[in-house]
Order: sequence, then structure tokens, then C-alpha cells
Amino acid sequence: MKNLLLPALVIAGKDLYSEWKTRQIVTTMLIFSSLIIVTFSFAFDPSNQSVRVLIPGMIWIITIFAAILGLNRSFTTEQSNDHIHAFVVAPIDASSVFLGKFIANFIFVLIVQIIAIPLLFLLFDFRVLTIESIFYLVGIIFLGTFGFVSVGTFLAALSSNSKSSEMLLPILLLPLATPVVIAAVQATRIVLIDLEKLSSAMSWMQLMIAYDLIFFVAGLLLFEYVLEV
Amino acid sequence: MIQSNNIIKTIGEKMILRGMNLEIASGETVAIIGPNGAGKSTWLKITAGLLKPTEGSLLIDEEPLKKDKYELQQIIGYLGHQSFLYEHFSPVENLRFFAKLYHVKKPDKRIDDLIEEVGLTFFKYEPVRSFSRGMIQRLAIARAILHDPKILLLDEPHTGLDQQAVDILNKVILRLKKKGVTVVLVTHDFPQVIKTCDRVIILKNGRVKDDIPLEGQDVNWLYTHYERQAIHS
Amino acid sequence: MQQDKGLTNLPEPSLLHRVMVMITIPAVVVALYLVFIWSPVERQMGVVQKIFYFHVGSAWNAFLAFGVVAVFSILFLITRKRIYDMIAGVSAEIGVVFTAIVLTTGPIWGRSAWNVWWNWEPRLTTTVILFFIYIAYITVRSLDMEWQKKGRLSAVLGVIGAINVPIVYMSVRWWESTLHPVVMGEGVEESGGGMEPSMLFTFIFTVLTMTLVYTVLMQKGIYIEKLRIHVAKLKAKQQEKMIS
Repeated sequence: MKNLLLPALVIAGKDLYSEWKTRQIVTTMLIFSSLIIVTFSFAFDPSNQSVRVLIPGMIWIITIFAAILGLNRSFTTEQSNDHIHAFVVAPIDASSVFLGKFIANFIFVLIVQIIAIPLLFLLFDFRVLTIESIFYLVGIIFLGTFGFVSVGTFLAALSSNSKSSEMLLPILLLPLATPVVIAAVQATRIVLIDLEKLSSAMSWMQLMIAYDLIFFVAGLLLFEYVLEV
Repeated sequence: MIQSNNIIKTIGEKMILRGMNLEIASGETVAIIGPNGAGKSTWLKITAGLLKPTEGSLLIDEEPLKKDKYELQQIIGYLGHQSFLYEHFSPVENLRFFAKLYHVKKPDKRIDDLIEEVGLTFFKYEPVRSFSRGMIQRLAIARAILHDPKILLLDEPHTGLDQQAVDILNKVILRLKKKGVTVVLVTHDFPQVIKTCDRVIILKNGRVKDDIPLEGQDVNWLYTHYERQAIHS
Repeated sequence: MQQDKGLTNLPEPSLLHRVMVMITIPAVVVALYLVFIWSPVERQMGVVQKIFYFHVGSAWNAFLAFGVVAVFSILFLITRKRIYDMIAGVSAEIGVVFTAIVLTTGPIWGRSAWNVWWNWEPRLTTTVILFFIYIAYITVRSLDMEWQKKGRLSAVLGVIGAINVPIVYMSVRWWESTLHPVVMGEGVEESGGGMEPSMLFTFIFTVLTMTLVYTVLMQKGIYIEKLRIHVAKLKAKQQEKMIS
């Protein structure tokens, strides 16, 4: 406990504090996601009502690309002064680095989503939200982002060993994240567009829970091999 | 305190250490010198727990240094080539972060004292980004000794420092020596070796070439001895 | 010096490998004969059906190869023996070739069976994802690092990738059934179940032969890897001599 949870919180706190001081990562992610939304509105006519069915996909495309942007920074910033070595030498569990980084990345992506998704609804004039669907949407976004960020954090650490890690990360991450992306998009679609099929959305959410658990635990267990020098 | 039993380390196809046998007693101040590529830094990294030996074993306090040996990691202070400091944080913020990682009790008082000792009180709240190499190194040494380690491993700490910074660094090393801390110093800077250490180990081709006490010797003797041992033979 | 002696002797291909090559060459010829001449032409699809033998054989080998990658990745992480890393790496390279065969023969089959080049059928989609995971794995292996580190990172990826493949299959299957409620063409399975005996025999024989080809390629690949390491060691030794 002392060597896993506490250092994880310290590392996450360090990242959040650093972000609070520089406001680099979240700002860039936000600008980038707004630009994606603007590009969407050029690509798909927002005044056309049939574009509504594309909204669930858009939500997750924004999440994926903005998250990759942030994940890339997550470990390359630790590379400049060999901070990773400091973590290896310190009396902390390797998994706590994963946990700490995961918490920080998760919070960054959630902040971006809280701003970007309402913006998307606004610009595409998506108004058919009910309290119920918002409730489910929040749950789905939480589960989907959890899975994506846990695999992403793990692979970001892995690819940060390479000099061209920004190029490597998407190649590693997207195929491995396929299940959670499929599940998240499908569940979002059901919740936003035909809420009657809620039971089907529930089973997608179960799949996401399974995926989240498997890869979160795999990340915790395997992280020491990634961290070794 | 530190016991290195026939350590072999291969990185890629290259054998860096070819059977390192070395024993360092508690409270000793030891310098490790040798030509480039002799394996000095590699051995220090293994001692710090950063690398794993390919063969052989490293014992600290008679216990093998493995992962999850938190008690052992807690008593080791390591200063590598890089400072491990975050550039956009101030010295206080940097040290506070490491104090939390090492579970230091009453960190604020300790951080203040250390910053004063390395002469950075005036720059306490400035971001490290604006620091010179000497200031960064002074802060890095404060970071390495923050958690009161019993073993201090320094990898070329004097490189690129001005006279003032070297003096501060030596003062810190000598103070720790008096306190009974085991200090291992990898360096090329012979005058500092004479000033601070009481034993010198010459490494060549991944093996211990010579192991001599330094009492009463001066720099010139060390230069000639080193030349004989490491270059001509 | 034992090490020096090891350096002067070039590694030799094993006897088992020679025997395997001797078995594989006639087996491939027989398999080709069985597929193209001996087995009857399928009534509905005609000659195109013959691609099915290669398609399924490659698919089986692609998944087998990835299984081998996963198993030897775990072994490598535990024991850190170089041979396991080599086996995993070579197996991935062969696997990607078989996956490419599956992905080219699949659309040809699909065009004549379902009249579309591509459909998001679970097995095909899983194979595409598998293909990309393989590519990611090989990309990591081609990074410029010492082999210990590279082996460790790629082994971790091999394990994660292997965990992922069944989950991908499940989710794609689910996704496909919600998107296209009419599950089109149980084509491959159907012909697997109600096959004529001669076709069935040809099918089994081809799959076995392709597995043989995989094994021979594995042995060859490992042998090449060994030679490569040998050269690197000789080079390192020579450099050392030049310096001192």
C-alpha cells in the first residue's frame, strides 16, 4: 500500500500540478479537439438532420485523437532528465508509476471531454438529450475512456523508449484499442439515438468493463518490464 | 556494506563488466576511476538497482538487491549523469516531490536546510529551467541526499562544475563521510579524489585492476600510478 | 577460452531441419496436386472454391504463429533466454506473411461467394486487427536498441496483443450481428461441415502441409538469426581488438 498507492498519488499529483502551472497538455488537447469538430462541420453538413447518426462516432474520434496527443507527452516529458530512472531507483513499486500516470492522463482526457462533447452537441445542434440518456452517456464515456487510457498509458510508456515515439504510439495503440472503441461507439449510438435498445447498450458496457479490468490489471502487472532500464 | 560478487553485464553483444569483485565496507569513501568504457557507470547503475546484472550478484547489507526491496532502495542515494529534476519546477517543488516518493518525515525543514547547504536559498522559488549547470548539479546532490541515505552513489559529480560548486560538493561529501555514510564516487577528477576519498579502485575492461588505500598520497602520485596501471599495462 | 571456440565454428542447420525440408518439398507438391487436379470442382462456386484450401490453411497458421509469439514472449519475460526472443520474432515475421495471404485470398473468395470484395465478417475483421498488431510488434522489433531491451518490450507487446485477439473477435462478432442482423454467408463453415470426403481429405492435407511449411520457415529463420548474432559477435570482438 505504502509503496503502490501513495507514490501513485504523488506522481499523479505531480503531473496535475505541473499541468496546472504550464497548462500545456490540456490546452493543446482542447484546441486540437475543437479543430477536429470544426473540420467535422466542414466535412459533414451540420444543418442536415441525417448527420445526427454520426455524432457517436465523432465523440470517440475526438477522444481518441486528443488522448493520443496527451499520452504522447505523458512519458516523453519524463525522458528528458531520465526521471524514469529516478522512479526505478526510488522505493516505489513499478506499478505505481503506471497507476499515477494513468490517473493523470484519465483526468486530462475527462477534462477535454467535458468541454469538447457539449461543444460538439452545440455546433451540430444535437438537442434530443434526456436526463436518462445523459446519465448513461456519462457512464459509457467513463468506461470507454478508462479502457482506452489504461492501454494508452501502458503503450505510451513502451513507445517512449523509441526516439520516434509520437509515430509509434498510434500504431501500437489503435489495433489494441479496437474492442473498446467498437463497444464505446455502439453503446453511445444506442443511448443517443435509439434508447429503446438499452439492454444491448448494457451488454456493450459489460464488454467495456471486462476490457477495462483485463487491460488495467495487465498494465499493472507488466509495467515493471516496461520500466526496466 | 556493498558486496559485488563476480558481476557480469552484457549489453547488446558487448560485455561491459567481466567479473566485478569488490567489497566496500560501511563508512568508506571510495573513488572508482578508469578509462572510458571500463564499466564504471554500469557498475554504479547496477549498485543503484537501475540495471540488473547478467550474472553474479550484488549484496547490500548482505541482502541481494532485487526489485521490491524497498528497505534497500530507501537507504541508497544515487546521482547519475542526469539530474532527475523537473525543469519547470522550482527547487522546493522538486525536492518536495522526491521527499514524498521517499517518505521523508517533516520534509519542509529538511528541504530548507539542504537548499541552504548547497547555497541556493536565493533561488528557492525560481524554476530550474533558468539554472546553470553548476546550480543544477548542486540541487541534484541535495536531491540525492534528501532521504538521509546510508549509501551515496555519485556518477561523475564534479564534471562541468566551477570552483565554488566543487567546493560545496566536496563539503557535502566530507560532512556525510563524518556521519558514517558510505560514499562511492565514479570520477575522472583526481584532485577531488585526493581531497575526499580514502580508497581508490582502478577499473579496466570490466574488471578491478587495482585497489589501493589513499592515505598520505598526493595527486601526482595518483597520476603516475594511474598511468602505470590503466594505460601501460 | 570456450567463447572463442564458439566464435570460430559457424552454427550449422540441424539434422531435424534437413529432414523436415526433405519431407516438406514432396508434401507441397502432393498438396498442389490434390488441390488442383485430384479434388473435384465445387458445383456452385467452381474453381474459385479451391482458394479456400489455402485461405483456411494460412489463417490457421497465422493464428498459430501468433500463439507461438505469445507463448515464447511469456517464456522470455520469465527466463530472459535469447532463443525465446528469437523464436517469437521469427514466428511474428512468418505470421505476418500468412496473415497477408489470408487478407488477399479472403476478398477473392468473398467476391465470388457474397459478391462483395470485403465484408466485416468477424473472422476477417479479427484477421485485419491481428495483421495490424503483428505490424506494431514488428515495428517495435525493428527499433534501434540493444536486443535485451528490444526483446523485453516486444515480449510485453506480444503478451498484450495475444490477450487482445479473442476480445477483438468477440466484440467484432457482436458488432457485426447488431449491424447486419442477417448473418450473411456462413460460407466457410458450411463447406467445412458438409464437405465431400475427397475435399475434406485435400483440406486436411493442405492445412498440415502449410503447418509443415511454417515449421521449416521457423527453423530457417532461427538459423539465420543465429548467423546474424554470430556476425555481430565477431564484429564486436574485432572492434575490441582494434581498440586495444
